[in-house]
Amino acid sequence: MQEMLPMHTDQSTADDEVCCGSPPAPPSSRNERPGYVLLPFVTHFANTAAGPVPIVKTNWGRNEWADTIKVRTGIGRDEAKIAPGLYGVGKPEAEAPVLVSANYKLSFDTLRKCIDGLDAWILVIDTRGINVWCAAGKQLFGTAEVIRLVKATRLDKVVAHRRLILPQFGATGVAARTVKKETGFEVIWGPVRADDIKMFIENKFHADNDMRRVTFSTLERIVLIPVELSFLPKPTLWFFIAAFLLSGISTEIFSFGTAWARSLMVMSAYFGGVFAGAALSPTFLPLLPGRAFSIKGIFTGIAATALLLFLFDGTTLFLEKIALGAVTVAISSYLAMNFTGSTPFTSPSGVEKEMRLAMPFQAGGLLAGAVLWVWAGIVS
Amino acid sequence: MKQFRYLKNVTTLKLNPEVCIGCGMCTNVCPHGVFIQNSRKAKIVDLNGCMECGACALNCPTAAISVTPGVGCASYIIQTWVKAYVPGANNSKSGGCC
Repeated sequence: MQEMLPMHTDQSTADDEVCCGSPPAPPSSRNERPGYVLLPFVTHFANTAAGPVPIVKTNWGRNEWADTIKVRTGIGRDEAKIAPGLYGVGKPEAEAPVLVSANYKLSFDTLRKCIDGLDAWILVIDTRGINVWCAAGKQLFGTAEVIRLVKATRLDKVVAHRRLILPQFGATGVAARTVKKETGFEVIWGPVRADDIKMFIENKFHADNDMRRVTFSTLERIVLIPVELSFLPKPTLWFFIAAFLLSGISTEIFSFGTAWARSLMVMSAYFGGVFAGAALSPTFLPLLPGRAFSIKGIFTGIAATALLLFLFDGTTLFLEKIALGAVTVAISSYLAMNFTGSTPFTSPSGVEKEMRLAMPFQAGGLLAGAVLWVWAGIVS
Repeated sequence: MKQFRYLKNVTTLKLNPEVCIGCGMCTNVCPHGVFIQNSRKAKIVDLNGCMECGACALNCPTAAISVTPGVGCASYIIQTWVKAYVPGANNSKSGGCC
C-alpha cells in the first residue's frame, strides 16, 4: 500500500477561491490511496497488530437511507457489497467482541447501526453481496469462508480472546465445531435480529427464546413487496405482446384497433393479478385462507377479479369475463406462490409439493383464459 | 411465529435419540423452536414448524439429526428444474434475487 502523502499547506486561499460559482471541494482525505475508494462511513483507521483497520460510523445518514431504498426496490442489488475483512466500531481493543457479518451492504449497515455505543470488531466475510440467511442456505455464509477470513485478517493478533459472535441464521451454513478446530475460535450464536445484539452482549452472550425465534410481522412482509415487483418488467412486456396478438384475432384475421382496446383489458387483468399476488397476498398472509401460498393467491385473485368485473361490466361478453378472471387468478396464485422464497418459514419440501400441485392449474388457467379470449374475439 | 404455519407432514427432519448426547446445539440454533432439551436428550416438539434450513443437522456433533436442506423458494426450485431438464440452460439468468 502506498504511503500517505503529506498534508496540503496553505489551505486558506485554495478554499476561498471561487470555481464555477462555488468554492472547490475540500482536500482529499489522508486515508485515501491510489486505486482505492474510501467509503464514506469510514471515520479513521485504528492501528492494530495486524495492520490498520477501518473504524466505521454507527449512525445512518442520507447515504445509508438511499442505499437501503435502492436495494429494497431491486436497484443495484448485485453491487451493494463491501470488501470482506476486519472493520471496527467505537474504540475496539484486544478484549472487544468480534461480530461476524455478511458483505451485503444492508446487512453491514444494519449491524453497525444496532451496535451504536459499543466497542467491537466486525469481521466481514465474502458472501458475494448476499444477506446472511440466503447466503447461509447456499453455503456462502459458510464454515470455510469464516475460517478463511479469521486466518486472512490475523484476527488472533488483534484480539486476546477466542470468541466469534455469528448471527443465528448463519448456523445453516457454518459448523461451529469445525471453525473451532481450524482456528481456535469458539463460535457463539448471536440473536436472530441485529437489534438484540447489545442486550445479548450485556447478558454475557445469553439469548432468551424471543431472541432465537424469527418473526414475520406485517411491516417485515410489506418491505419485501417492492423487490418482488422489480422482477416483473420483462415478463410484463412479453405478456403484453402475447395479449396484443391474441386480442386482435377476429373474423377479419387481425385488427389493430381491436387488438389495442382488448389488450388493455387483458393488461388490467394482468396487473390485477400482480397486485393481488405480489402485494395483497404478502400483506394479508396470515389472514388468507389455506396453508399453501398458491391457495391464498386464489382468494386475493378472486377479490381482484370482482373489482375488475365491476369496472368492465358493460363492455365485456360473458366469455371475456371468464377469461379475464382466469388470467387474474392464475397470475395471482403464481406470484403468491413465489413469495415463499421471501419467507422464513416455508420448507423446500413443502414448496416443491405445493408447486407440483399448483403449477398445472396456474398454467391451465392461463391457457383456458387465452382460448376463451380468442374465441370471444372471433365470435363478437 | 406461531401464527405462521405451512404445509404439514412434508419435512424430512429426523432425530436419532440413541446417538444424541444432549449438547443443546440444535435447540440453540433452530429459529422455530422445533427442539427442546428433555432429560439430557433433544426432543422434537414442533415437527411441522421445521423449515428444513439444516442448521441443526450441520451443528450436531454426533450427526444425530438428518434433514434434506434446501431453499424454500419457488423461483429457485423452478431454476433447478429448468437446469435439470433443459439442456444447455446452465447459464440462464435467474429470475432475480440470487
